[in-house]
Amino acid sequence: MSARDEILARMRTALKDASAPPAVPREYRRALDLEVDIVAMLIDRLVDYKANVHHGAAAIEEALAGARRVAVPADLPAEWRVGGAEFVEDRGLTTAELDGVDAVLTGCAAAVAVSGTIMLDAGAAQGRRALTLVPDHHVVVVRRDQITGHLAEALPRLDRTAPQTWISGPSATSDIELQRVEGVHGPRRLDVVLLD
Amino acid sequence: MSDLVPAASLIPAGAPFPKAAKVALGMPQLRRNLAHATGTIRAKRAKVAGELDDWEALRDTAAAVKANVQRRLPELAVRFEENATAAGAVVHWARDAAEANRIAARLVREAGAEEVVKVKSMATQEIELNEHFEAEGLRAFETDLAELIVQLAEDKPSHILVPAIHYNRTEIRDIFSQRMGDAPAGLTDDPAALAEAARLHLRRRFLSSTVAVSGANFAVAETGSLVVVESEGNGRMCLTMPETLISIVGIEKLLPDFADLEVFMQLLPRSSTGERMNPYTSVWTGVQDGDGPQHVHIILLDNGRTGVLADEVGRQALSCIRCSACLNVCPVYERTGGHAYGHVYPGPIGAILAPQLEPGRHDDLPYASSLCGACYEVCPVKINIPEVLVHLRQQGPHGAGERAAMGAAEAVMARPRLWRTALRLARLGSMPWRRKGFVRRMPWPASRWTASRDLPVPPKESFRDWWKEREK
Repeated sequence: MSARDEILARMRTALKDASAPPAVPREYRRALDLEVDIVAMLIDRLVDYKANVHHGAAAIEEALAGARRVAVPADLPAEWRVGGAEFVEDRGLTTAELDGVDAVLTGCAAAVAVSGTIMLDAGAAQGRRALTLVPDHHVVVVRRDQITGHLAEALPRLDRTAPQTWISGPSATSDIELQRVEGVHGPRRLDVVLLD
Repeated sequence: MSDLVPAASLIPAGAPFPKAAKVALGMPQLRRNLAHATGTIRAKRAKVAGELDDWEALRDTAAAVKANVQRRLPELAVRFEENATAAGAVVHWARDAAEANRIAARLVREAGAEEVVKVKSMATQEIELNEHFEAEGLRAFETDLAELIVQLAEDKPSHILVPAIHYNRTEIRDIFSQRMGDAPAGLTDDPAALAEAARLHLRRRFLSSTVAVSGANFAVAETGSLVVVESEGNGRMCLTMPETLISIVGIEKLLPDFADLEVFMQLLPRSSTGERMNPYTSVWTGVQDGDGPQHVHIILLDNGRTGVLADEVGRQALSCIRCSACLNVCPVYERTGGHAYGHVYPGPIGAILAPQLEPGRHDDLPYASSLCGACYEVCPVKINIPEVLVHLRQQGPHGAGERAAMGAAEAVMARPRLWRTALRLARLGSMPWRRKGFVRRMPWPASRWTASRDLPVPPKESFRDWWKEREK
């Protein structure tokens, strides 16, 4: 018998006398209360996790301050390419080339206010996963209509089978005495630009 | 700078819990480190769990979803396989640790590699993948900071979430300075400096490795997707940069639907690191053209899980999402640390999982608990750990002494006059050993009991005598 058939047979034998599966209650919250200001909450949570927050497309320049070469997905809107940096489109950049840029500028798929989470699903203006991973500084643009209050509101907006990265603040570790240290292997600096 | 002695090496291999615990209790630095760490994380967890007014409703849902997964396991496993395969992944099945290790080693060789980078994974620790690779001439490099510390120290993890919890910053500085090779000169014990040293140490390896090995926190049957939850970005590196990705996933990790993540991704980060959300979560489904590994393998692992599934009471242990909240609240774990349990899953969850995954071994672990119930209260998937502990105690073997004592007790308690006499004798007999209302130390054979427990002094008047007086 193949391992597959044997494991499936073991499962069926184990469950021979099992009672019927219980009904799944779904009493939990799927949205925040209407009076919650989700933009303010998102900002609060981002700042709490040591991300920098900026407002308006013009602020992209300030978010990119110090970066001379900036990698961008090829479909990044032209109006986001502001400031004096050189924008390098990712049309198959090598790992070494990605490692050589100062920052990366992308959009996102959705954001969750309650946990300060920005979600990427390889859709418009986001590029592939390596693009937002190798450079040490990630600037991500979030449109107002992409902000949701609750995780349950954000999940349906994602392309479920596309590669996803959910980002909540810059790379961090708490492995040493449970003291949080920002910046390990992922981008050590995260700037979020909110558009109205 | 002292010579490094891996903490786990001080505990004799295969020692029963009471003996191992005694060794651990004799390490004051270990106890200080543990008390500090568990205390910190308890407070963080309580704060962020308290922020959600529907926390109990989330726990109820998670428990029911997991109970459903267990009863629908054959159907969900097949559905996962179909969807992952359709998306370009290759799904393998492994009956036990040896089979999983063999498959993984073969895949590494087929990819033309001798080294792999690894994301922290409990499943690969359980099957001792690193040791197997080494025996086969392959090398696995841990990339999670705590796993790196443990690997460099040639130690064993002592906690599910923070495996190096038993080391403080100075000890970690010493490990890096002595063992890392490229550790910067004059490295301080500032956690930020230590993290920076790890970044530099691993960066070239991340950008050049061709094969990675991971586990998974969730496997979504509906889409064939895997989910890895992490903090440092080492997970993203391993899951994105290499050409080949091998993920070893216990069959209990399945979730029916993608939308179930809306429940588990609220519970897991808040319960484990005490964060509203962990810094990075990666979700991938098979192979994506031009994005990430182009050879994606998934090894579905049994290794004793179907045996656990057969036990109507014990199977709830398969609901565990490895958050480690139960370790952090456990008065026994806080004092002994993880090594004393002698198994990759320590603490309350280990006490019910280890003896079930490896029947006949770890029969002492269900006794490594005071049954205080704190673990059940914090468990995000509501595993009734005390219930399973008691259930396993009833099933486990009992020593000849205990059997004789219980047999004698049964005979005496069944005869009221004999019982009355026994109570009076107990009161008189315990007299010489009383200290402040407790019997703390008695001669053999009663010493077997009092060695690790205090005995309350029998009351002056028994309930039976009191009742009789009252009736008059």
